[in-house]
Amino acid sequence: MADKILKELTLKVWRQKDAKSKGGFETYKIHDISTGTSFLEMLDILNEQLVSENKEPVAFDHDCREGICGTCSLFIDGRAHGPDDDVTTCQLHMRRFQDGATITIEPWRCGAFPVIKDLIVDRQAYDKILQAGGYVSVNTGGVPDGNAIPISNDNAEEAMDAAACIGCGACAATCKNSSAMLFVAAKVSQLALLPQGKVEAARRAKAMVAKMDELGFGNCTNTGACEMECPKSISIQHIARLNREFLKAKLKD
Amino acid sequence: MSILDAKIPAGPLKDKWSAHKAHIGVVSPANKKKLDVIVVGTGLAGGSAAASLAELGYNVTAFCYQDSPRRAHSIAAQGGINAAKNYPNDNDSVFRLFYETIKGGDYRAREANVYRLAEVSNAIIDQCVAQGVPFAREYGGLLANRSFGGALVSRTFYARGQTGQQLLLGCYGAMNRQIEKGKIKVYNRHEVLDVVVVDGKARGVIARDLVTGKIERFGAHAVVLATGGYGNVFFLSTNAMGCNGSAAWQAYKRGAMFGNPCFVQIHPTCIPVHGEQQSKLTLMSESLRNDGRVWVPKKIEDAKALQAGTKHPNDIPDEDRDFYLERRYPAFGNLVPRDVASRAAKERCDAGFGVNNTGKAVFLDFKYAIQQLGRDTIEKRYGNLFQMYEKITAVDPYENPMMIYPAIHYSMGGLWVDYNLMTTIPGLYAIGECNFSDHGANRLGASALMQGLADGYFILPYTIGDYLAKEIQTPKIQTNTPEFEEAEKHVTDRLRKLYDIKGTKSPDHFHKQLGHIMWDYIGMAREASGLKKAIELIAQVKEEFYKDLRVVGEFSAMNNELEKAGRVADFIELAELMAHDALDRNESCGGHCRLESVTEEGEAKRDDENFKYVSVWEYKGENTAPELHKEELEFENVQLTQRSYK
Repeated sequence: MADKILKELTLKVWRQKDAKSKGGFETYKIHDISTGTSFLEMLDILNEQLVSENKEPVAFDHDCREGICGTCSLFIDGRAHGPDDDVTTCQLHMRRFQDGATITIEPWRCGAFPVIKDLIVDRQAYDKILQAGGYVSVNTGGVPDGNAIPISNDNAEEAMDAAACIGCGACAATCKNSSAMLFVAAKVSQLALLPQGKVEAARRAKAMVAKMDELGFGNCTNTGACEMECPKSISIQHIARLNREFLKAKLKD
Repeated sequence: MSILDAKIPAGPLKDKWSAHKAHIGVVSPANKKKLDVIVVGTGLAGGSAAASLAELGYNVTAFCYQDSPRRAHSIAAQGGINAAKNYPNDNDSVFRLFYETIKGGDYRAREANVYRLAEVSNAIIDQCVAQGVPFAREYGGLLANRSFGGALVSRTFYARGQTGQQLLLGCYGAMNRQIEKGKIKVYNRHEVLDVVVVDGKARGVIARDLVTGKIERFGAHAVVLATGGYGNVFFLSTNAMGCNGSAAWQAYKRGAMFGNPCFVQIHPTCIPVHGEQQSKLTLMSESLRNDGRVWVPKKIEDAKALQAGTKHPNDIPDEDRDFYLERRYPAFGNLVPRDVASRAAKERCDAGFGVNNTGKAVFLDFKYAIQQLGRDTIEKRYGNLFQMYEKITAVDPYENPMMIYPAIHYSMGGLWVDYNLMTTIPGLYAIGECNFSDHGANRLGASALMQGLADGYFILPYTIGDYLAKEIQTPKIQTNTPEFEEAEKHVTDRLRKLYDIKGTKSPDHFHKQLGHIMWDYIGMAREASGLKKAIELIAQVKEEFYKDLRVVGEFSAMNNELEKAGRVADFIELAELMAHDALDRNESCGGHCRLESVTEEGEAKRDDENFKYVSVWEYKGENTAPELHKEELEFENVQLTQRSYK
């Protein structure tokens, strides 16, 4: 229960000036870290140390620090969002590490997510996939009463399982093919399960898959790594539903 | 007549909004295509406004500091969204939602605005359902509701503990559809640092591209600020790390007046601070107080032993536990409103009875509920929250009492707006948490999401038309004018000044100092002497900041330190205004208690005779005191009462 102090940690951190520069690992020593500190607070401490030495801090993405905004990323010792299951990097705490450990910290490695600086990558490819059709085409106003169309509890719950996706990019970054299938499937599946989304299900599945291919994401070979590393435990069953939706749409062509 | 005109429509409360809509200007479809609108921020208010305005035909430019509009901090709201649907048949109505919101806000909000909020609440639920938001459903397939603090009926709609996320993804989807159509252009990773005023009207913004460091100009016929709250002025809060008050603050310095800056909400159930290196506080849903019992030790020696770690809470027998909420408030017990629960926790900790190694925590114990209802029931109700608590603290809350402490959560204050949501700068609007308008001195649970979406989907798209109907002759706003040049130079100079100090301390160092002052003197309990001290201390931080700040990295490149420096500079000035506002308001009200204004039993005492107004502050220049204007609040439809929970 009580927090302990990690006397010394060695951090191997990926540093890269900008998208065009070549990057490489830098090694830093950091001392006296309480095990109750979060991983990102540990990086804050490293950055304070760097500022005091008049060196540029490590750039990393983060915002809500409670596991919901999807901003934080990082490969920590080779695993997306670090060694804990079902959490984002911001929810990871230093009690997962031993005193004296060497921790390797890298950005997402995925061709469609180019590095912007240090540990920050550009994930706009995910926005573009959703712009291609990841919504129900309704304008504000003039919609039916919320209770006009009953939805079974099971379908609502399963749609919610899929809708829990935070768009962090861990799935594509982890996949050996850099496939974005779990991300695309989460949205297609959520909307395919709800009557509101069914109307344009065919168009949506085709448009999102085409955009995913166009942006350079790879194909799915069912290794299941995405599901393993997804901080929200989104199931690859949704990929099966995406495949079904896509096939149905293509058969209609 | 004050210089403030709230433009509240005449007529009976229930007819004001429809009458107003019937009489305001409308822009034709052909003209909408020629008009540009800037929306700053893409949370629930900004996202819903951007999508709705684009659907109407306006050309929208949207900005967010995050890497995607989907990540705005509305996403972190857990509990739910209120609406007066009355689906459970428990006698809810627009009037009841209005009444409870006004009362919850301790009678410091405008009747007309709050009534309109309640009036449009139902349409929000319909809209979100149509977008495919997976709200919780009953087995019969209809929408489920739950109850929330401060309400007598069940009117809260929810999507597990992720309601904010699902609603935000709904309006992000609506935005995406308009982005695909070319009607919204989004600038991700851009921070708006100034508002450009031309001939007295808002005509654009200056933004910094956070990737390249480039400072850019953007023109439009109207500007909408939806930049959220300023809770991070306290350094530690439940807000996201990037949440800031800079755009709103610069708007204030350009002439938009600021309403009730000292009204901030403190949420009682957050995971306590663990040390100096902590970066933010995590909220545990208010619903936990339904089954948890709050206590601290009765004996000071037990408290000391717990703080020293020589005693375990489970070793303290029931008779030595002080269930202080049940003791002080027998009628409501552990379910008193947020402000009451927060103050009571602070009172015990200040008296030395706090727990945790810091002495700044109280217990929230589920032992009794588990004994009574069984572990399974508790797990079903709160499993995800218990898991989150254990991940953060490494303590199993099924076996040990949780520790909680109050934290800053929401700012009710914000830019002053009239009934049309327009600030005192014509053409500049403020919506969502960014404005001051609907929550008075205290916000009810599940009402923030409602207000953000009400403003963005159903209010602003109408009221902005009234302004833009007079702008149809105005050509596209050119940004090569002296006003834009001056604003851009102003932003560059300001950042350059911070960058060139070349001192020894990081922006975070000063931010933490400021946070301590805010929490100690302008938090839950305030008094004149403390507020005066705070004003002195803030001035010291400010002086030190401009002498010893160090911003490392490059000026014209991605530089998080420079971003933080700019935000802290604005927070320091905002803190000064908050202190002045708190000093002026010599009454206990809503979220805060003024120690000079309490009842004989030590409870908060509101002073309607002297303080039934909105404090509206006008910027008067760098070294000049701001001027206070008062918008007197008229209550024609509700009776003012002192809240009592005993």
